[in-house]
Amino acid sequence: MSTILEMRSITKEFPGVKALQDVTLTVEKGEIHAICGENGAGKSTLMKVLSGVYPHGTYGGQILLDGEEVRFGSINDSEARGVVIIHQELALVPYLSVAENIFLGNEVRGAGRLIDWNKANHEAARLLERVGLRENPTTPVGQLGVGKQQLIEIAKALSKEVRLLILDEPTAALNDNDSEHLLELLRQLKAEGITSIIISHKLNEIAEIADSTTIIRDGRTIESIDMKDPSSTQDRIIRGMVGRDLEHRYPERTPDIGDVVLSVEHWTVHHPTQPERVVIDDASFDVRAGEVVGIAGLMGAGRTELAMSIFGRTYGRNISGRIVKDGKEITIRTVADAIRHGIAYATEDRKRYGLNLIEDVRRNISLAALDKLARRGWVNANEELKVADEYRASLNIKTPTVMSVVGKLSGGNQQKVVLSKWLYTDPDVLILDEPTRGIDVGAKYEIYTIINRMVAAGKAVIVISSELPELLGICDRVYTLAFGRITGQLPVAEATQERLMELMTLERDAAVPAGATAPTGDVGPDDVAAESSARLRNTTKELS
Amino acid sequence: MTAIAGFSDLVTRNLRQSGIFVAFVAIVALFAALNPNFLSPGNLTNIVLQYSYILILAIGMILIIVAGQIDLSVGSVVALTGAVSAVLVIKNGMPWYVGVLAAIVVGLLVGAWQGFWVAFVGIPGFIVTLAGMLLFRGLTYRVLDNVSLSPFGGTYYDIANGFQNGLLGGYGVDTFTLVIFGIAVVGYAVAQWRSRKGRIAYQQVVESMPLFVLKIVAVAAVVMWFGYQLASSRGLPNILILLAILIIVYTLVTQKSVFGRHVYAVGGNLHAAELSGVKVKKINFWIFVNMGFLAAVAGIVYSSRMNGAQPGAGNMFELDAIAACFIGGASTTGGVGRVGGAMIGGLIMAVMSNGMQLMGVPQSIQQVVKGLVLLLAVAFDIWNKRRAAALR
Repeated sequence: MSTILEMRSITKEFPGVKALQDVTLTVEKGEIHAICGENGAGKSTLMKVLSGVYPHGTYGGQILLDGEEVRFGSINDSEARGVVIIHQELALVPYLSVAENIFLGNEVRGAGRLIDWNKANHEAARLLERVGLRENPTTPVGQLGVGKQQLIEIAKALSKEVRLLILDEPTAALNDNDSEHLLELLRQLKAEGITSIIISHKLNEIAEIADSTTIIRDGRTIESIDMKDPSSTQDRIIRGMVGRDLEHRYPERTPDIGDVVLSVEHWTVHHPTQPERVVIDDASFDVRAGEVVGIAGLMGAGRTELAMSIFGRTYGRNISGRIVKDGKEITIRTVADAIRHGIAYATEDRKRYGLNLIEDVRRNISLAALDKLARRGWVNANEELKVADEYRASLNIKTPTVMSVVGKLSGGNQQKVVLSKWLYTDPDVLILDEPTRGIDVGAKYEIYTIINRMVAAGKAVIVISSELPELLGICDRVYTLAFGRITGQLPVAEATQERLMELMTLERDAAVPAGATAPTGDVGPDDVAAESSARLRNTTKELS
Repeated sequence: MTAIAGFSDLVTRNLRQSGIFVAFVAIVALFAALNPNFLSPGNLTNIVLQYSYILILAIGMILIIVAGQIDLSVGSVVALTGAVSAVLVIKNGMPWYVGVLAAIVVGLLVGAWQGFWVAFVGIPGFIVTLAGMLLFRGLTYRVLDNVSLSPFGGTYYDIANGFQNGLLGGYGVDTFTLVIFGIAVVGYAVAQWRSRKGRIAYQQVVESMPLFVLKIVAVAAVVMWFGYQLASSRGLPNILILLAILIIVYTLVTQKSVFGRHVYAVGGNLHAAELSGVKVKKINFWIFVNMGFLAAVAGIVYSSRMNGAQPGAGNMFELDAIAACFIGGASTTGGVGRVGGAMIGGLIMAVMSNGMQLMGVPQSIQQVVKGLVLLLAVAFDIWNKRRAAALR
């Protein structure tokens, strides 16, 4: 075998964050090469560098294709060389037909530069056959399921005469059947001589399909291993991915837990546009003063939906259930109601839902509690500046002045601005949705410290996260959410990643392990843990 | 650690704001050089009178645009409100203030109507006001029975054509006008001084003292010169007083009120604003009501200036008002824009129209030039944003 791709000392920086440092990747011709790493480790960034999404010059290091250095200025350049990336979020136009999508930007021309639709549809049918999809090329893509759409993406890549196919978490949104089909297709493409790079969190999948695996952590290459080597176990990969010493990643805190501040009972939420679909099903949980409660769940479990439906009904319809705050039932119809009742929610997507990126730090901080700064509807600008400056100092927001535009700050500092905004509303309960997503390790530590300060001040904090080590590191108690239902709660002393994962993947009709759903969380029997780890080896495991 | 910014520093930092100001000064200088009559007292007065209604509309439009919406109906609303007023005052012989009040009530109703569809039904402002443009134009024709009405005469006529002159006497130069301008200059200087002190107290960047004084003196000189020109012509136009009040009030509303802040928040990031407890529907509703109100004010001013109402009045005014906002640095995607910027934008259009008219440039070429200015202004804005993005 010869080497098809070599990436040497790739370094990529974003404002305030080093996303990649000296990353090396070598892919042999005709193999399936897996890339593993936690969320934010830099896998997607590396693939964007490779495919020319980040053009040559915006990163450091060298890319060699077939031993020859390449400098891609755009995706078109990389595709011309047979490097095709399929992104996590599929890039198909739902209203266009299968054939139109396959040849989008690469249209089949007939005589006179016009599109030859007969030829295009015929070609499309041939490609669909190759990927094993029996659909009419004229069907609009929006009518097909995600699994089939994924296959269309691959057909699209094949139409470009792909030599190196990059798949970013291709099976994340697929069910078992579709995943199996996709993996089978990858094997078939391998037999045809197409090299694949697959980014995945599903370790059993990697074990099944990959010839070699490169592990990335915190923007660095940890190691590249040959999967045929018997020492290449899932444990070894996990160790490489998690790596860091858990002890020092989370600041110390001595819990001082008081009375229940907020309890949510029998909370049921329906989908906003498909009213018959139940998104949150009879969820009940509570949080005490001075306590950090975690909500663990995989993507699509309903974590954000749960939080937003509570926070002023900003998600869902036909919401039923009770919210009890400080022993009294309250009604929250709008975000303003929620803020008035001392509830704050910091969104998981701070750029889209959390911040006004074209506005300055000061006005972002004051927005949710502008009334505190105003008399008869007029804002006291000097006081506003003072408040913003106080938060800048106390939360260590690194910005030239509070008059700087928020969009220019790094992710960690933007998150601190979001936290400042909600702290200024003086909440009793803070719901933090993925508070450390997309920010670097140092800033994470600072965010954890801020959370600790909040609970030390007697506030109750709910942390929603898909990073289990994080929940284990900062929470006093963790609820698990799976398919819209609370499937268990564990005091942090009894929780392990394996146990949580077991509860997070518990399907609706599956037997509930004894003790795990007991409201006090007194999980005792060792067989639960044993069963968990047994399952871990067999079933899909997602680390993030 | 109060930082002192030098001149070049300030210019680069505030290019977005200052760039448009520099352009304005350059255009004025150009026309002054090309035509000696351009800066004559009579002509300066004319510029203010001719374009006042566009400036009034631009004040309302900037709020709409900052919120991320657009209003295409204001020209028709100007016509409708003027028509209602004319029917009452000219046809039915009612007193002038009945006409004014009726026009304002109609403007508010129109605004509430459009605000309802935008805020509570969720139809984009573009569509609602496109419909409104047709709807209110049609209603204007109905109200006027397809004929023009004139003349208003009397007090109603004086709203847009009258002057404050001779209240304090003077020898060819009106003292009252000069006193008012003097008060304005002193007010400006005091406000700037207080703001500077506030910024120093909060350790913000301020310009160096000589530069600060230079700025105040320069502004004072220009304003007093303008005042002197007016005073030696026909005195202080009523319309300038109205305009000044509107500009001051709306600058305060946009910069200092909770409502104004919420408008910027909605335009900057709708979802973030909503999740921060901003009542987005309420904001959308009230900015359209406000636009209706200001369109009515513009309708009164325009009908007064024309001394009557025509079915075709106010045609294309919406485009001038929108252009004024964008030339003045408003962002097409919302969240950015200032009343002051829109006023400078409107004045650039006014000065160009007037200057080209004086020089006898044909109407056709005037349109071409205005179109190019709008295009270049927005291109400059986009270039400026890219530059800012590259700097970080």
